[in-house]
Amino acid sequence: QGRLYFSAIMPSRTVSHGSSGRLRGLFLVMVLVFLESSVFTLAFASSDQHSPTTAHSDGHKATDHGSHNNTGKAFPVLDLNYENVRVPFEISLWVLLASLMKLGFHLVPHLSNIVPESCLLIVVGLLVGGIIRGTGETVPPVLDSKLFFYILLPPIILDAGYFLPIRPFMENLGTILIFAVVGTLWNAFFVGGLLYGVCQIGTESSSILSRIGLLQCLLFGSIISAVDPVAVLAVFEEIHINELLHILVFGESLLNDAVTVVLYHLFEEFSGIGTVTLVKGFLGVISFFVVALGGVLVGVLYGILAAFTSRFTSHTRVIEPLFVFLYSYMAYLSAEIFHLSGIMALIACGAVMRPYVEANISHKSHTTIKYFLKMWSSVSETLIFIFLGVATVAGPHDWNWTFVTVTVILCLVARVIGVVGLTFIINKFRIVKLTTKDQFIIAYGGLRGAIAFSLGFLLEKDHFPEREIFLTAIITVIFFTVFVQGMTIKPLVELLAVKKKQEAKRSINEEIHTQFLDHLLTGIEDICGHYGHHHWKDKLNRFNKKYVKKCLIAGERSKEPQLIAFYHKMEMKQAIQLVESGGGIKLPSAMPSTVSMQNIQPRPPTKPAAERAIPQLSKTKEEEIRKILRTNLQRTRQRLRSYNRHTLVADPYEDGLSDLFLKKQKMFQIEKKVIFNLASPQSPDSVNLLDEFGQANQQEEEEQGLMMKPPSRPREGKKPGEEDEAKDQQKLMRCLSDPGPSADEDEDGAFLP
Amino acid sequence: MGSRASRLLREEEIEEIKKETGFSHSQITRLYSRFTSLDKGENGTLSREDFQRIPELAINPLGDRIINAFFPEGEDQVNFRGFMRTLAHFRPIEDNEKNKNPSATEPLNSRTNKLLFAFRLYDLDRDDKISRDELLQVLRMMVGVNISDEQLGSIADRTIQEADTNGDSCISFNEFIKASFVVNIHICTVVLVLVNI
Repeated sequence: QGRLYFSAIMPSRTVSHGSSGRLRGLFLVMVLVFLESSVFTLAFASSDQHSPTTAHSDGHKATDHGSHNNTGKAFPVLDLNYENVRVPFEISLWVLLASLMKLGFHLVPHLSNIVPESCLLIVVGLLVGGIIRGTGETVPPVLDSKLFFYILLPPIILDAGYFLPIRPFMENLGTILIFAVVGTLWNAFFVGGLLYGVCQIGTESSSILSRIGLLQCLLFGSIISAVDPVAVLAVFEEIHINELLHILVFGESLLNDAVTVVLYHLFEEFSGIGTVTLVKGFLGVISFFVVALGGVLVGVLYGILAAFTSRFTSHTRVIEPLFVFLYSYMAYLSAEIFHLSGIMALIACGAVMRPYVEANISHKSHTTIKYFLKMWSSVSETLIFIFLGVATVAGPHDWNWTFVTVTVILCLVARVIGVVGLTFIINKFRIVKLTTKDQFIIAYGGLRGAIAFSLGFLLEKDHFPEREIFLTAIITVIFFTVFVQGMTIKPLVELLAVKKKQEAKRSINEEIHTQFLDHLLTGIEDICGHYGHHHWKDKLNRFNKKYVKKCLIAGERSKEPQLIAFYHKMEMKQAIQLVESGGGIKLPSAMPSTVSMQNIQPRPPTKPAAERAIPQLSKTKEEEIRKILRTNLQRTRQRLRSYNRHTLVADPYEDGLSDLFLKKQKMFQIEKKVIFNLASPQSPDSVNLLDEFGQANQQEEEEQGLMMKPPSRPREGKKPGEEDEAKDQQKLMRCLSDPGPSADEDEDGAFLP
Repeated sequence: MGSRASRLLREEEIEEIKKETGFSHSQITRLYSRFTSLDKGENGTLSREDFQRIPELAINPLGDRIINAFFPEGEDQVNFRGFMRTLAHFRPIEDNEKNKNPSATEPLNSRTNKLLFAFRLYDLDRDDKISRDELLQVLRMMVGVNISDEQLGSIADRTIQEADTNGDSCISFNEFIKASFVVNIHICTVVLVLVNI
């Protein structure tokens, strides 16, 4: 009876990529066995809810036995007490299941190409739910609305908001707002209204449908009409569509939360009271602004608080990520207290705090934040889809052919008409017009997801006797959009040859040119006396630079121009890539001025890699150089270490980087001397590193010995750089966490523009 | 020319400017009133001082260069036609314009001309190349005084290295076009939302 399946699965270290098919198959079998066992455990656990006495009596018996015969009974060496750990155990089991599923999908070849992950996860959820039901147990109501809105949703939204590409978002803000607000309103009223009409007219008066009131239909319309950010993220992430479309659909899914919240509460209250007055309608409109702007305001406040806090964290770097998460979560919860839009608060908080926090925190905290957010949002997303599947099996369902089919059709039609109509109006004001292809993708990408289901789940049965019909219809729409639209959008994108995401990383050229154009256009606007988009953006930037940055960014970084910050970031990334790829040929780069050296932690610049291939040295020459340098470098390093302790504030967690940094600093000084000494008219590109080391040697030994003769070709001097890079490789590897997935480009350059 | 107060733009002039630059009637009138309000000397032309009187332009890092772009080579005064001709670069790109008259010269607001305008702002000595020094000057204007020359130098080097394809350590116009291809050139458009006064 007290059987418990301990996790008998070997951890996945037995599986390695590219291992033989047998191992892979073995792993999959283990996953399935684990799945079964976990399901049975859950079923057993849920049955525990109905028969808690059994477990208790078990426990009692054990303790009784223990306390009865104090003298004779042996001490229970192995005891069983599941009740204590039940809840955390179940939670962990679900999360583990979700994660193993995620692993499993990518092991099965070709599957992830055809079917988007969200579909597979829903199927898994269906299976799990089916198995639980098949064993005769009742399926646990996993997609509890509280769990969903307070635990599962925030990480996903925070991940989206923190890494929101600000510039494209702001540039298209008007379009996004129109789609989010007007589009959702149109959808809600169209679907709700027509559904009511169909219910009244299309069916007999005795049927259950005709009893559904207009307000209920409108409420249903407002629930079903909102594009879901979770679903959009899950599907769009895999199709790599161009940035404009991505931000349009995604931004819409985020911003329509305010509309959904207002409509939902509005109609819910109206259905409860039963009377609709014009005043109430007017108040509804006002409440929309309150909800949206209030949510944003709350988010901005918490964002500023977080930025301000991060200013003082230079001594306690370890908990820096915690502040980011806590403040954001508090923003979300605070907004929910006042029935404001929590999603908008979260987005605003993440987007506002990001430029300042990133300027203040250490590189490792930045990586931690990135990875925790990605991890949580990934797990959340997985769990949401699995739970959707389970909840589908759980029911309760009330299938009504008319209602469901009409809903699905109306949703599609409303979406298409809405997008086409709104684009027609929007294109009059846009510089970059939206083509028909764009419109199609926007319309097709209007996926519904778990938010709709949770909102439906929240409806009270006594106010809404037709709750089950609604839930069934919502689930059907979700399934339809996720499965049909989700699966077909990728081939359609290929078929229509929609522009894909450009893989090129943001280059320094682009950055300079963008800023240049900003200044140019601001100037032209001022000449024309036209207070347009650029004028206000420029004013905001000035305000930001003058006042805000000084408050929120610690130390010297507050004065750092955006271009310099971008350049540092780029160099840093290249240095990491360099270290990972095992060293290469580099050009020497100048160091930042002494001013910004005070604040080593965030971004000590390192040498960038040369973009173009520079002619390689011959093997013998290479060996020679290496031998010479090996001796020199050790000497230099020792000398630098003594500097480290006394003169500069060194972060104990980043001694590797600061070490490298100091070495570069030293080399820069040498380089400067070399530039002045060599009266060379050549471009600085050809400055010779070997010469520098020659000089360094000279300085150290005060003699001409070990003076390296520069090779004939000036650019070969770059090779020595590789040497010390290789030496520091280990140190860097330790200190820098691995940069991981190439989702980097999404997060770049999203400083406050 | 009459006194400023009564100097209205004649219809023929408006038509001519419309044909040359592509601005609409209302836009031309509005910009003309702006022109006259800037023209403190009331002589129908603008001098550099007139431009410098605009407060926001004074704090714009590229202010001086933009002002210079309005004045043709060697001249100190610009009349309304010249004013409009420069501003015409910033009208939205219209693809159908090209189809109308293939033999005519490219409209001022074509993509190439917009880029050429921007290029000329970098390239002060008009040698059709952006040298390292010219780039350094622009960078210096954009980042302010706190950054050392060496650091700016390394950024300039990196920029040239990225864009330079023929190895002459300068950015020619073609290289400039290619390097900016990721930047959506539609940015180089001021959307003049004008109200009929």
